Amino acid sequence: MQVRALPYLLLAPAAVFLVIFFLYPAVDVAIQAFTSDGEWTWANFDQMVSHWKFNTALRNTLLLALIVVPLQLALSLFMATMVTKMKRGRDLILYIWTIPLGISDLAAGIIWLAILEQNGFLNSALYGLGVIDSPATYLSYQNPFVLLIAVAIAEIWRSTAIVLVILVAGMGLIPKEYYEAAEVFGAGPWKRFVKITLPMMRPSLQTALILRTILAFEVFAVVIALAGVQMPILMGEVYEWEFRLRESGVAAAYALVILGISIAFTIFFLWVLRTPKEARV
Amino acid sequence: MAEIKIKGVEKRFASFTALHSIDLTVKDQEFLVLLGASGCGKTTLLRLIAGLDFATEGEIQIGGKRVNELPPRSREIAMVFQNYAVFPHLTVFDNIGFGLRMKKMPSDQIRQKVTKAAEMMHIEQLLERYSGQLSGGQRQRVAVARALAMEPEVLLMDEPLSNLDALLRMEMRAELKGVLQESKTTTIYVTHDQVEAMSMADRIAVMHGGHIIQAASPISVYRDPASRFVGGFIGNPPMNFLPAKRSNGHWTAAGVAFDGPSVDKETIEFAIRPEDLDPSDTGLSGRVRVVEPLGAHQLVTMDVDGHLFRAVLESDLPIGSGETITLAPKPDRIRWFDPDSENALQ
Amino acid sequence: MTAADIAVSAKKVRPTDHRSASRWLMAATITILCLWVLVPIYLILVNTLSSPEEVTSWPRQFFPSFDLGSVTFFANYQGVARALLNSVIVAVMTMVFSIGLGAPAGYALARFDFPGKNVFRVVVLMTRAFPLPLLALPLAIMFIQIGLDDTRFGLALVHTMLAMPFAILITASLFMGIPYELEEAAWTLGCNRFTAFVKVVLPLVMPGIAASAVFAFVISWNEVFAAAVLTIQNRTLTAFLLTSLNEAPLALKFAGGAVLVLPALFFLFAVRKYLFAMWGIANR
Repeated sequence: MQVRALPYLLLAPAAVFLVIFFLYPAVDVAIQAFTSDGEWTWANFDQMVSHWKFNTALRNTLLLALIVVPLQLALSLFMATMVTKMKRGRDLILYIWTIPLGISDLAAGIIWLAILEQNGFLNSALYGLGVIDSPATYLSYQNPFVLLIAVAIAEIWRSTAIVLVILVAGMGLIPKEYYEAAEVFGAGPWKRFVKITLPMMRPSLQTALILRTILAFEVFAVVIALAGVQMPILMGEVYEWEFRLRESGVAAAYALVILGISIAFTIFFLWVLRTPKEARV
Repeated sequence: MAEIKIKGVEKRFASFTALHSIDLTVKDQEFLVLLGASGCGKTTLLRLIAGLDFATEGEIQIGGKRVNELPPRSREIAMVFQNYAVFPHLTVFDNIGFGLRMKKMPSDQIRQKVTKAAEMMHIEQLLERYSGQLSGGQRQRVAVARALAMEPEVLLMDEPLSNLDALLRMEMRAELKGVLQESKTTTIYVTHDQVEAMSMADRIAVMHGGHIIQAASPISVYRDPASRFVGGFIGNPPMNFLPAKRSNGHWTAAGVAFDGPSVDKETIEFAIRPEDLDPSDTGLSGRVRVVEPLGAHQLVTMDVDGHLFRAVLESDLPIGSGETITLAPKPDRIRWFDPDSENALQ
Repeated sequence: MTAADIAVSAKKVRPTDHRSASRWLMAATITILCLWVLVPIYLILVNTLSSPEEVTSWPRQFFPSFDLGSVTFFANYQGVARALLNSVIVAVMTMVFSIGLGAPAGYALARFDFPGKNVFRVVVLMTRAFPLPLLALPLAIMFIQIGLDDTRFGLALVHTMLAMPFAILITASLFMGIPYELEEAAWTLGCNRFTAFVKVVLPLVMPGIAASAVFAFVISWNEVFAAAVLTIQNRTLTAFLLTSLNEAPLALKFAGGAVLVLPALFFLFAVRKYLFAMWGIANR
């Protein structure tokens, strides 16, 4: 019957597209990483690991994710709780808080560059307040830790919005009755948050964490804008090897490393924040 | 004007059969109600007739023509949906005129037919409104007007009143019956509400587990249920059942002997409706558990020979819980059922 | 007034005090969080609306001089106009492709049960757990082989890969929000599947489709990595800014940053109503 074929016809273009532009390149990038001149080899990985920047890049990327993601989660939970408590002006506040959602990482990097560069707004403000006499340098390879913090601030500023949106959407799904019931049984605001909000938000927390962590491993333009090449990160190395050094194999090996840690963390969050089928709302 | 013939229709979904070999004829201009609990297959059958689903086996004819392969638009039907399905982006006028416009009817004719249908349903003052500005009852009227404006051969209604509140439902029931009588359209009406079925139908088809158990006039479905299921399903409170044992050419239920059918069985079932019982010196006796006054009547729930038994009695009879009372069944209202096949026995 | 009355009224006063104090605290926190988001954007606008000399001066002024020097400098800088045009064209193509491919698939997911549906869903969801920009690497090679390297079309295809999974999920939930009954009603009123879709479903989902199209536009507009890897001559604005970060003067970077931000602001405002519906469904 014609009706039976219809869903497949509707799906076909997107499915073909996914095969060509997702499944095929995903396999291809793996093959590229493990081959050199048409032969199977670990050479690309050897070359990647033996380069002095690899360890730093890996450490910087993981460290950045480790700083940024938990802070974003806490901040978003805080903001989401506040928004759900608001009566008036909720839409306006939510719009303002989600503005960074539409801002690219490159633009965010440039914006924070304007603030943190030597002649930038932060130094000017501190000078105006009489805290410093002359501009201090923050964004220098001599202060790798300060660089890291600067990137972390820009990342938190830019990408907390996505966590917030997911959490607000998830919080909206929790029926009010649960809170009222808990209140009747004598649970205070903190107890209600811990005993109702957090457990009920498991699926949203899971989505937010997976999405944000993967995006954190892909951090790229913010770092380039703020730190240039002074602060190696994995995605930046992919770009370097692919574009500047013209070594696609090594770039692919880097890509597999990013893919590997992304998948590892995804599985980790899927497992830690799993919701048993029977406990779903 | 059309007769609907359903011959051996079956509907199977992946792992279960929703309809088992249905045979049913709906006469021209008849108002047939498909009555049953949810999941009995009544809506599935309606959707097969509408062409929204397709039968796995069997044939459906409308006006003598096989329609199995036809899409809904070619079946000369109109349908009123449970949730009204009033298009939210169109005004009431455009909703009612939607089907006529699809038929490419000239606009003055559309205006005339829409106005007529709207007047029939008393919504002529709402024509410029959108569905969001209407109450549930008004939306319902729009849905019916939209179906009537099509002047279909067959009108299909899927629980059209189930989303209205009780009072409105009663009002609409009477009004709908009047409008449909006037329109003289063959109508199939799906409901789970037996009062609706009783009060509106020319004929009721009681469905259960994908079968049509009985198709007959409302009064005979009520008086002469074809099976134990129909007796227990129709009527509120439902029929009382007691096991009856054969003894000396009689049937004995709860220690009382009755004349019954002559069948080759040791045990059959005795059945009586709660309102067909009168207080008496001899008859079925039992201890009263609960008395619920209902105004004109009182509902007495009692224990007869260890079986739950209900009686609807005049409200001025002084009956208290804990008492033992004796009730005589009206002899011409006693019914008998085969406990194995559950079918009625003559 | 008896002592008991006073005790009661005193009891009444204290919680109100407490409540208004906590309300002030909340208002203050909300304001600070708003400033945290808005001030950096304000500052980049200050830079953009100052002359290139002011941008590098010390100490910096916190109010714009409304000198269009930076803007004109940016606009006349070699390659900027072309990059801007490329960005718009690629984003529009991405928008068209991802809706064109995604909406039919979303409709199929929303309306039909069919074997293979779950496999498809899982693949779509999998794309979210995958660092998609990395796909630009193998695709760069593929594009060279088929002559799509350094083209706007090729880049738009990669951006479509980023945006389409969202388009599928968002449109699927939009279509699920339209009762199937409405379509069925249209069929009984003389429509076939296609006319029912056009006359009933489409008008109802149009705003949502527009919102997800805007979403696709923004995804492409903001994308940096794939754009930088896949284009040389046909750089988009993001790729252009990224590759000129080392040599370009500050004024150019800041004006460029502001130009990147502004459309996103307006677009986000346009789709704000759908934002939460879109991400709400991302949970399932």
